[in-house]
Amino acid sequence: MKKMITRRNFLAAAGVVAAAGVLTACGGSSSSAAASGAASGAAASGDTIKVGVLGPLTGDVSVYGQAVVNGATLRLKQANEEGGINGKQIEIISMDEQGDPTQAVTCFTKMCDQGITALVGDVTTAPTLAVAAESADYNMPMVTASATAESVTYDAETDTVNGNVFRATFTDPFQGVKMADYACQKLGYTKAAVIFKKGADYNEGLAENFVKEFEAQGGTIVDQESYSDGDVDFKTQLTSILGKGPETVFCPNYYQEVGQILAQAESIGLTVPFLGGDGWDGLEGYATAEQLKDSYFCANYAKGASADFESAYKAEYGEDYPNGFAPLGYDAATTVLYGIQAAEDAGLEAGSDEYKQAVIDAIAGGTIEGLTGTFTFDEHHDPVKSTAILTYIDGKPELKEMF
Amino acid sequence: MTVFFSQLINGLSLGSIYALIALGYSMVYGIILLLNFAHGDIIMVGAYMSWFVMNQLGLGPVTAVCATIIVCTLLGVVIEKIAYTPLRSAPRISLLITAIGVSFFLEYTAELIMGSGAKVIPAYFAPKTFYVGKVPVGLTSIITLVVTVLSMLVLTFLVQKTKLGKAMRAVSEDMDAARLMGINVNSTISFTFAVGSALAGIGAVLYCCSYPQATPTMGSMLGLKAFVAAVLGGIGSMPGAMIGGIAIGLCECFVSAIGLSAWKDAVTFAILIIVLLVKPTGFLGRQVQEKV
Repeated sequence: MKKMITRRNFLAAAGVVAAAGVLTACGGSSSSAAASGAASGAAASGDTIKVGVLGPLTGDVSVYGQAVVNGATLRLKQANEEGGINGKQIEIISMDEQGDPTQAVTCFTKMCDQGITALVGDVTTAPTLAVAAESADYNMPMVTASATAESVTYDAETDTVNGNVFRATFTDPFQGVKMADYACQKLGYTKAAVIFKKGADYNEGLAENFVKEFEAQGGTIVDQESYSDGDVDFKTQLTSILGKGPETVFCPNYYQEVGQILAQAESIGLTVPFLGGDGWDGLEGYATAEQLKDSYFCANYAKGASADFESAYKAEYGEDYPNGFAPLGYDAATTVLYGIQAAEDAGLEAGSDEYKQAVIDAIAGGTIEGLTGTFTFDEHHDPVKSTAILTYIDGKPELKEMF
Repeated sequence: MTVFFSQLINGLSLGSIYALIALGYSMVYGIILLLNFAHGDIIMVGAYMSWFVMNQLGLGPVTAVCATIIVCTLLGVVIEKIAYTPLRSAPRISLLITAIGVSFFLEYTAELIMGSGAKVIPAYFAPKTFYVGKVPVGLTSIITLVVTVLSMLVLTFLVQKTKLGKAMRAVSEDMDAARLMGINVNSTISFTFAVGSALAGIGAVLYCCSYPQATPTMGSMLGLKAFVAAVLGGIGSMPGAMIGGIAIGLCECFVSAIGLSAWKDAVTFAILIIVLLVKPTGFLGRQVQEKV
């Protein structure tokens, strides 16, 4: 069944390419600069290892795609500058899938034609799922920086793990559990309420798992409120929450809505601290210091955790790293390099089936030292790592501790 | 019980904002039978104006409020002059489509200039909560209610007691007859747009007090809700717009309060459908005889 859909996607994608004039469909560029840049002598094509970097560089979600691709590219270029993998240079093949699953599969098959041996990507969930399904046929080692949906690496219905797919980010359920543990164990809260957006995987995933874990830890969830996409009025829900008298409110939503929620909570007199997930990244521009007092949220990466990375990013791209997706892209590339190192050490030929399997095996059993912490992979190919817990000092996010 | 009264206040303050916007809708409809779908987007422009004055220019809230209302008023008149006046004698459907076009034009122009992310509007005043018994009442809610009622009173006075109001009523009754009586129809219509848009400006300020973010598409749903409120109360009727707005606001709040927040919009629009089926003219709408 799964296979059939994959084929159909592939055919559809192939059709699109044909219609669009074969080669123009993907805004792709083979970054030869990386191969020739600091490389001394080993740039002959037979001696390079081709790595694909896939993400939406244009379109609605390009803000994430650019961050991931820039972060990953930076890491791969650094590897080249350090002399490559056992003397071989990495050749980066990056393509723009415009946030579209069909386009993503097209780009991926093109990359395969060009002989990549591992892939960093994709970025958002829907295209990543499409590419993951396709990549199984090639047994292509694939590390997504940022796709958080469980089904990217693990199909719960059939209880199968997508053997060739890994991710660098923590998952939605994981964040909910972490924040519940933190609220109970570190902050000592026993009564919490939850407000989240209905009909969105991210928000619901965090909320459900927070509730489950908070109750498992002996706490009480006094109220669960939800709202719909596009809502701007949250006073009703917040008033209900206020009436139940919680000690904290878990608010696993994206920063613009959280900004609205915090402002309205203040206006109706609900002044307890709020907790959130990594969707809070950027919230400081949308809420006042007073509203953010004693609030905590979790993130993959806390600003300032790696000064080396941040200055290298600025030197390479002329601007500060834009958001937490850049360090994750960097870590996804680190993961791929870790696998390639093992395959190279074994003396295999880049691009061969044994080579790809060696990369996968190495990653699955490896320990990656990344910017977002040191991590290993569990049986579902999700990273096992600590979370950065951030709080606000004078309205600015600061790393509180790793948890 | 405390929660019930708090929700009642939430509903009233949300409803007041709908009512103010519905008033603008109703006035314009009353005079040239045009559903001005750009009305909600005028609020959006007003919100950006507040942001611009306070955040970019660093001026005080009083300046921001004045600038917002003035810009909205001018924008309303300019839209009327450029987009609607040339179509005065065109079929009504052309006007309607033009209104939708103007709405999209404003939304996408805003997106082009301001980007699609939200802009945070600084607080006009420090938030404060009073207690009536045990019921917390936000200063924002009080101001919203008071301003809406005042606007409503001023507007009623304007329409019922002044010369201009008389002219407006005459034009809405029969445009040609009014012209024959020596009323300057064009300037009266412009004046109506100006007043309606000024109300949108006040609405923008009140909206931003409660929901302090400006986005390019914030006006579209808001405009639709206000339209529902206007139809519910009887489009063309001013007390009707007020009643319709408050009714929708209360309805939304109580539907959310009983835990059905996902159904809030569905209930609002279901009410609209039922009212149109049972009493097509709305609560206070006039029964109009079709002229033969």
